[in-house]
Amino acid sequence: MEILVCIKRAPDTSENEIEVNRDGTDIERDDLVYSVNEWDNYAVEEAIQIRDKMGGSVTVVSVGDEDDEEVIRREMAMGADHGILLSDEPFKGSDGRGISAILKAEVEKKKYDLILTGAQADDGAGQVGGMLAAMLDWPYASLVNFIDVVDDKKIKVGREIAGGNQEMHEINLPCVLSIQTGINEPRYVGIRGIRKVASLEIPVHTAADLGIAPESVGESGARTKRLDYFVPDLGEGAEILEGSTEEITDKLLELLKAKGGIK
Amino acid sequence: MEAALISPAKATVLGIPTVIFSLVIPLVGIGIFAYIIALRLKPLVKASPDPRLGRLPDRFLKMLKYAVGQYRHPRYKDAGIIHILLFAGFMILSLRSITLVLLGISDGYLLPGMDGTLGHIYAILKDYAGTFILAACLAAMYRRIIIKPERYAVPAKYGKEHTWEALLVLMLIMGLVTCDIIFEGSLAAAQIQSGLEPEVMGPMSGTWLAAHTLRFAPVDLLQNLHLGAYFSHELIFFFFLCFLPMGKHFHVITSLPNVFLMKLDKGTIKPVQWGVDDDQLDELESFGVKKFEDFTWKHMLDFYSCADCGRCSDNCPANAVGRPLSPRFISIKCRDYSFKSYPLKDKPVDGQPFIGNVLEEDEIWSCTTCGACEEECPLFIEYIDKIVDVRRGLVDDGLVPQSLQKPLNALEKRGNPYGKMEKKRADWTKDLPEDVTVKILKKKETADTLYFVDSITSYDDRIQEIGRATARVLTEAGIDFGILGPAERDSGHEVRRFGEEMLFQDLRDRNTDAIVNTGVDHIVTADPHTFNALKHDYKDVPPVAHISQTLTQCIKSGKLRLKPVEDPSKIYTYHDPCYLGRHNNLYDDPRVVIDAIPGIHRVEMAANCRDRSFCCGGGGLMLFYEPIEEKRMGQVRVEMAKAAGADVIVTACPFCMVNIEDAIKTSGLEGEMDAIDLVELIDRHMIPTNNVSI
Repeated sequence: MEILVCIKRAPDTSENEIEVNRDGTDIERDDLVYSVNEWDNYAVEEAIQIRDKMGGSVTVVSVGDEDDEEVIRREMAMGADHGILLSDEPFKGSDGRGISAILKAEVEKKKYDLILTGAQADDGAGQVGGMLAAMLDWPYASLVNFIDVVDDKKIKVGREIAGGNQEMHEINLPCVLSIQTGINEPRYVGIRGIRKVASLEIPVHTAADLGIAPESVGESGARTKRLDYFVPDLGEGAEILEGSTEEITDKLLELLKAKGGIK
Repeated sequence: MEAALISPAKATVLGIPTVIFSLVIPLVGIGIFAYIIALRLKPLVKASPDPRLGRLPDRFLKMLKYAVGQYRHPRYKDAGIIHILLFAGFMILSLRSITLVLLGISDGYLLPGMDGTLGHIYAILKDYAGTFILAACLAAMYRRIIIKPERYAVPAKYGKEHTWEALLVLMLIMGLVTCDIIFEGSLAAAQIQSGLEPEVMGPMSGTWLAAHTLRFAPVDLLQNLHLGAYFSHELIFFFFLCFLPMGKHFHVITSLPNVFLMKLDKGTIKPVQWGVDDDQLDELESFGVKKFEDFTWKHMLDFYSCADCGRCSDNCPANAVGRPLSPRFISIKCRDYSFKSYPLKDKPVDGQPFIGNVLEEDEIWSCTTCGACEEECPLFIEYIDKIVDVRRGLVDDGLVPQSLQKPLNALEKRGNPYGKMEKKRADWTKDLPEDVTVKILKKKETADTLYFVDSITSYDDRIQEIGRATARVLTEAGIDFGILGPAERDSGHEVRRFGEEMLFQDLRDRNTDAIVNTGVDHIVTADPHTFNALKHDYKDVPPVAHISQTLTQCIKSGKLRLKPVEDPSKIYTYHDPCYLGRHNNLYDDPRVVIDAIPGIHRVEMAANCRDRSFCCGGGGLMLFYEPIEEKRMGQVRVEMAKAAGADVIVTACPFCMVNIEDAIKTSGLEGEMDAIDLVELIDRHMIPTNNVSI
């Protein structure tokens, strides 16, 4: 089974303090540490486990520049067989649709059975998986937390829904899935693992290699434009109700009625 | 001279000269024994290297103290005394055993030098040895059958009880001794009957009693007893010899060598592979122990040497709180696996998967490396290095618990397990009074001493107070110090002990560069894990002291003066941190420091102080691990403090502080029990001179 996993290098929200920069165009990036997007990491782990069971290979791909090579290499250290970097000047500033178009071009260079994307990124909009599927006209399932390969024509996927329940679907291959965190327990990748793959080749594909018209992607091809970037005004904070359980319950009822929470 | 009885060397039974048995039994016995030993050596030949022949005089003295002198055995008094008697008896009777074998071949044989007075003295000595061995065996059987000490019990998941093995061996030993008593007693009785002078017997010894009981027995009976006892002895002896390497009594053979080959450097961790330098590590195919043969030969010898006594697990804090870790059973399971993989009859089956098969992941991650097991083991079996090696294997294969992956990634990216920004590492210094300045050591800013703060003291809100107290105390004592500030990385102490060797080396190398660049002559730290790392894991850095050592010197020299204790009604107790106490033998300085406060009232947690201190729960990465346990270790410790009558626990480690303060809350003892760090205690009681305004 040939699996492609689309990954992204994103700022680590847990290990960074996020502040908006002075002109309000982006976050302060000087002190940030980056790593592979958490959802994408789960996707790569899943792909590796499927490959170990079914045979085939796992390719990871990312749209970016040389900074993004480190996450491709990290996922190869984890166990992915191949890595590809899609990098070119015209790609910069692409919106979600642009990214999806670039990825679509890469997908069409080889026959893949399964494409995995992370459901979202901390700094993203959760759209690339769906858009990619639409562009390829492939079936798509989102927020997948369970995969079971039935045969080489179809698979079963699961998703958690309200109330902690699980729904199961059947979907034909080839398809695109967006992967939810918690689908598995990703293996650890240490410094030693990364050193082992330090000299492996990661081919770079440009717009020309992919046959993409530069104006259709990048900032010029973007169909959405960011207007503003700001931290919302802080409210007063939580009000702590004091008193006995009865007193608190009474006060709470009053407040709920007053604010229209209860009729 | 006409002998009173026919000796085994000269007798015939059913026409067969019994000397044939005297030859065949030992030859077959020794032959089988040699075969089993050769088989037991097989995996050791395939094992990892382990250099253990350095510092021979030190090794020899330690062997005398701990193996021959049985120095650790009385830590469990009853069992200790019984074992000392058995061991002493065995040592004394070793000559007799050799003599007996040869007696069956050569009539009246005596070992060289034993034909005169020495021989008679020895004869009496061995009589008493046999007698007290018998008494010790009976006492041991009583303990096994009636008293049944907890530590011998086998939890259901580890299989059946091992009592049969203990009882079998006790009975074999009693058999040996009894046979000798009857062999000699019958001869002495016959000699007395015929008016001959018997060999000297110790009055009231077993032999003496046997001789006098058989005094009037018919000669035929005596003759049969004599020969019967002799060959029974030989059969039991050689059976026992071959039984030794089949179970826990292998320690009878391996104990002296195992103690001789002990790990001499406490507090250190073995390299990934002996003989492979740091810069060659990238060439290794695999890190750590993934299959049995990856262990070093000494670790395999450890498995063989386990006497199944349970003292390790009895003192293991993880075991006490219900974590799936029992050091004793790591040894027993690995030993049994080794026996199974290298069977007596069939071909060996090696290279089998180990984790999930013999040892479980949770079992391995549960260890806090506190060292209580190693401190207790009379055979000096090592556990920490083995657990670290298995962890290295797990890390190499990516099998790290999710709860540990986050702090490890943060350590890689930010140099601290919290993921906080490097540039904020020295922010804790901001809340200090004006006259306490903490220099950040750089090219233009130097000092005599480096205060290595490490991650938890730098970033944890509560523990930053210990950092500030340390800064104030160092300033008051007039010590010229500075910190590395944002250039400091986590010391990596737990990173190494959790098996992430390469990340540890990365942290160590960065820190070493930063330290060396400061040009300091000394390092001081208030964190025992940091202390241990800088002392044992780092090379080529200036000498490091723990703050308790510095405080002792300052108090003795008068640089620090202390006012009377704030609240004379409080009762203080000191909790020995694992990495100060057991791993570094630093028990006294903190006590000297506490006791220097006039009027302070301090008690010991008597059964669990000094080298029997109970681990608070662990430090470094252990704070992030989510174990399966029934109770927190900190809670057990706080209960011990309460039982000792204390209302303030003094700690000397930031991780102990975190665990104990947490335990005080979860035990519902807030308001009744307090915890304070040693430095904080001194900070509160310093009499300021001109250096610091409190």
